[in-house]
Amino acid sequence: MVDNVENRWREFAAGAKTALPVVTTILPFGILFGALAISNGVSVGETVLLSALIFAGASQMVGLELFGQNVAPWLIVLSIFAVNFRHVLYSAAIGRKITHWGPAKMAFGLFFLTDPQFAEAEKRHAAGIPVTFVWYCGMALSLYVTFVLLTWAGVVFGLLISNPQSLGLDFLVPIYFLALVMAFRTRSLWFPVVAASSIASILAYETIGSPWHVSLGAIAGVVVAVIAPQKQASNDHG
Amino acid sequence: MTMDNATIWTILAGAVLTYLTRVGGHLVLSRFERIHPRIEAGLDAVPAAVLTTIVAPAAFNGGIAELSALAVAGIAAWRGMGMFGVFFAGGAVLLALRHWVGV
Repeated sequence: MVDNVENRWREFAAGAKTALPVVTTILPFGILFGALAISNGVSVGETVLLSALIFAGASQMVGLELFGQNVAPWLIVLSIFAVNFRHVLYSAAIGRKITHWGPAKMAFGLFFLTDPQFAEAEKRHAAGIPVTFVWYCGMALSLYVTFVLLTWAGVVFGLLISNPQSLGLDFLVPIYFLALVMAFRTRSLWFPVVAASSIASILAYETIGSPWHVSLGAIAGVVVAVIAPQKQASNDHG
Repeated sequence: MTMDNATIWTILAGAVLTYLTRVGGHLVLSRFERIHPRIEAGLDAVPAAVLTTIVAPAAFNGGIAELSALAVAGIAAWRGMGMFGVFFAGGAVLLALRHWVGV
């Protein structure tokens, strides 16, 4: 239990430290937002507002792309919702591990439930370390502030980096997510789930197109886990 | 900073719906006292299932440099290397192949 100021700071710092390697993966988002905002005629203020209020990089890229294409507003909102629908699953999975926070802190904390936030919280819980509100905020607020600042910098300096590919920045995101996928390899049914999600997401990406590969691929993996024969499916949480 | 009204409302609506996805899963699930083992198995599969969908299409459409980078990063992660190590290994392979081999 965390009960004094010094311990709280240590928890907060531990959370911030968890955010450090993730920050490198946010960098490409800042640069991509800049490029997309400029080519789609979205202003600096609007792009920063997207990051500050939505705080979900992939959906913001879809939004930025659609803003420039004369698409009906409700369709843009629906697309953002579709890309972010996976958070429902994150919320269900992590929610029951943090009910000890109480409703107000949960309502605040869940706003910051991003892919890395969820993955790191799950990892922490699986390792038997309590997911405290202070640790969670240490990671979440570090990511949030960095993300919003990088978005602003990305649009303002967007034109300065002419070729993000030459820095390998475009591919940091898949490498980061692969490392996270690997972190869950000891879970039961890991391989069939990853195989099903891979096949379904590639098929969806090549046929229907982005962003549907995220939702459809995830559903395929989860369905495999649900219908798989149950030997010791729930005794291993790590 | 110029802002367009329709754009602002679109962003606000997107933000509200995104927040609902982040609290909704818990609000719906917390209504049930016991969770069926199959639902539990499904929830357990969520992180790997979702994160895979971001990697697989990128790997499928990647060239030799991208595939090699993912392979090296995957092996590094499999062997329990920390996040920085995985990044460094994958990033180094990617840059080396793109710059000096040009694939």
